[in-house]
Amino acid sequence: MPYTPDKPKLAESTDELRARIPGWGADLDPRDRPSVPKERFDPGLNGAHWEFPQRQPEKWPREMSIEHEFLTPVFGTSCPPRGLSGVIRRYSYRTYSEARAAHWLLLLAADRVDAVESTLRSMLTRHPDNPVTETGVLSEFTHHGLSSRLRGKRVDRVHHPLDPVVVAAPWVLAGGVAYLAARRVVRRRRG
Amino acid sequence: MRAMVYRGPYRVRVQEKDRPTIEHPNDAIVRVTRAAICGSDLHLYHGMMPDTRVGMTFGHEFIGVVDEVGSSVRNLKPGDRVMVPFNVYCGSCYFCARGLFSNCHNVNPNATAVGGIYGYSHTCGGYDGGQAEFVRVPFADVGPSPIPEWMDDDDAVLLTDALATGYFGAQLGDIVEGDVVVVFGAGPVGLFAAKSAWLMGAGRVIVVDHLDYRLEKAASFAHAETCNFAEYDDIVVHLKKITDHLGADVVIDAVGAEADGNFLQHVTATKLKLQGGSPVALNWAIDSVRKGGTISVMGAYGPMFSAVKFGDALNKGLTLRMNQCPVKRQWPRLFEHIRNGYLKPSDIVTHRIPLEHVAEAYHIFSAKLDGCIKPIIVPNAA
Ligand SMILES: NC(=O)c1ccc[n+]([C@@H]2O[C@H](COP(=O)([O-])OP(=O)(O)OC[C@H]3O[C@@H](n4cnc5c(N)ncnc54)[C@H](O)[C@@H]3O)[C@@H](O)[C@H]2O)c1
Ligand SMILES: [Zn+2]
Ligand SMILES: [Zn+2]
Repeated sequence: MPYTPDKPKLAESTDELRARIPGWGADLDPRDRPSVPKERFDPGLNGAHWEFPQRQPEKWPREMSIEHEFLTPVFGTSCPPRGLSGVIRRYSYRTYSEARAAHWLLLLAADRVDAVESTLRSMLTRHPDNPVTETGVLSEFTHHGLSSRLRGKRVDRVHHPLDPVVVAAPWVLAGGVAYLAARRVVRRRRG
Repeated sequence: MRAMVYRGPYRVRVQEKDRPTIEHPNDAIVRVTRAAICGSDLHLYHGMMPDTRVGMTFGHEFIGVVDEVGSSVRNLKPGDRVMVPFNVYCGSCYFCARGLFSNCHNVNPNATAVGGIYGYSHTCGGYDGGQAEFVRVPFADVGPSPIPEWMDDDDAVLLTDALATGYFGAQLGDIVEGDVVVVFGAGPVGLFAAKSAWLMGAGRVIVVDHLDYRLEKAASFAHAETCNFAEYDDIVVHLKKITDHLGADVVIDAVGAEADGNFLQHVTATKLKLQGGSPVALNWAIDSVRKGGTISVMGAYGPMFSAVKFGDALNKGLTLRMNQCPVKRQWPRLFEHIRNGYLKPSDIVTHRIPLEHVAEAYHIFSAKLDGCIKPIIVPNAA
């Protein structure tokens, strides 16, 4: 009880816990745990045989946080920025630090633009985006979709209907863009 | 090679991609034999993490066989079976030199606030991940370790993230003998945190979630008391009632950015992306821990602000501890615990799915279908 000094008694004694739970108390001493103390200075510990790593070649101007003094010696090369989303991303990195909401909001906006651009671009390839296979939604039928969702008192049921809206957004937007472009072409031809 | 590729929110596919190449003398190329999907991948999959680019391969929890090494690699050779921590780190920067491997300063140009993580958006460095046949592993002399002969592959893959993180989460709670520990979230991280709390001497462990099948696992696997928050009007009041109105000594948030339980918080964070994450579980943690207690945050949140009840945390004199897990620091001790039979991580694996079916795997794990707790992806050649 918090209204009096003593700590409430536990239902199980230490011996009972030790008997019930394999390994109970194996790491009992708080000082003898792997992440204690938090900072432990030991540069020789980690397998690094350099003080500063060699630099990985920069094959295109790598976007970076303006809070860095220079480009880190090693970095990922997964998806170089491209298209309109690339322009937005580069602008965001160049202009705003990580401390600014504008930085993250622009990057999130670029992600949305990227999805639409990529969906459109994929239509011109032999491997167009396919919302049915890419969402894995057919597993609803093979992996007890309905019964899994109806069982128990899951609170996430209320927002499940929003998921398809998020998925459909790029198609609706891409469709809209395509429609406007087509209308323009047709008008120009007529005009 | 075949690789999982992100195509936009809720959409992934498997496609042909160039095999990764050595880009730095201390790189290795690893042929992946197992890759798990982590709760963190769901934040990417749902489009919540800024700078998640279409075309990226996810996967930061994987093991494999070394296929090729760069010219300066000394500790590994082709053919070695290795487990690779989810952190990309250099081993020598200010932070690595102090054991803060997850906070490395030499591997992520995109941000200074977070280190490098495989397959985890450009905000975490822009590295392709391990849900593919091959993956580039930077600083091969630093991160990866040979898998011990006696260790099971499924145990090894879980050591590269979920188990190490759960165990780390319990440590950040600074648990002392007899502490009452509440764990929010009965996913892989929460289950391992609950189990680890006992190793550190907890006197009571209570796991909270809204998915009954996961709570059943928390009872059987982690020997915990369980509590389905959907059954209570106000879970904080219930937790107070069952802890003599004192509150828990330690609370671990193993839920993170997509926490449910408050529609407004959930939708503003996960669907509208107006906050870095939905802090429902974190706020419950703040309100259900006792005054002077400790909260360990393992759940991941985005880099933007979130509506956290900071005033209560201040007024209650709480200690809030958190980090991405420095995985390799946990390994020697965890190897011992697995050998001694105290931990059997692979007990939580529910699905093994071929890489070609990765879209179904994401859907099942994301929508929590079919009793899914931990899905493992197996590449074709594995
Ligand atoms: N710090 C790290 O190094 C690190 C490493 C791995 C994972 N993580 C993070 O840990 C979190 C959990 O990962 P996981 O793999 O277990 O994911 P998961 O999605 O399988 O588990 C999350 C669980 O939380 C439950 N939940 C949702 N809202 C809740 C609430 N308000 N209260 C209690 N439970 C709630 C869900 O039902 C689910 O069972 C994620 O945010 C992930 O990004 C962090
Ligand atoms: Zn993870
Ligand atoms: Zn470093």
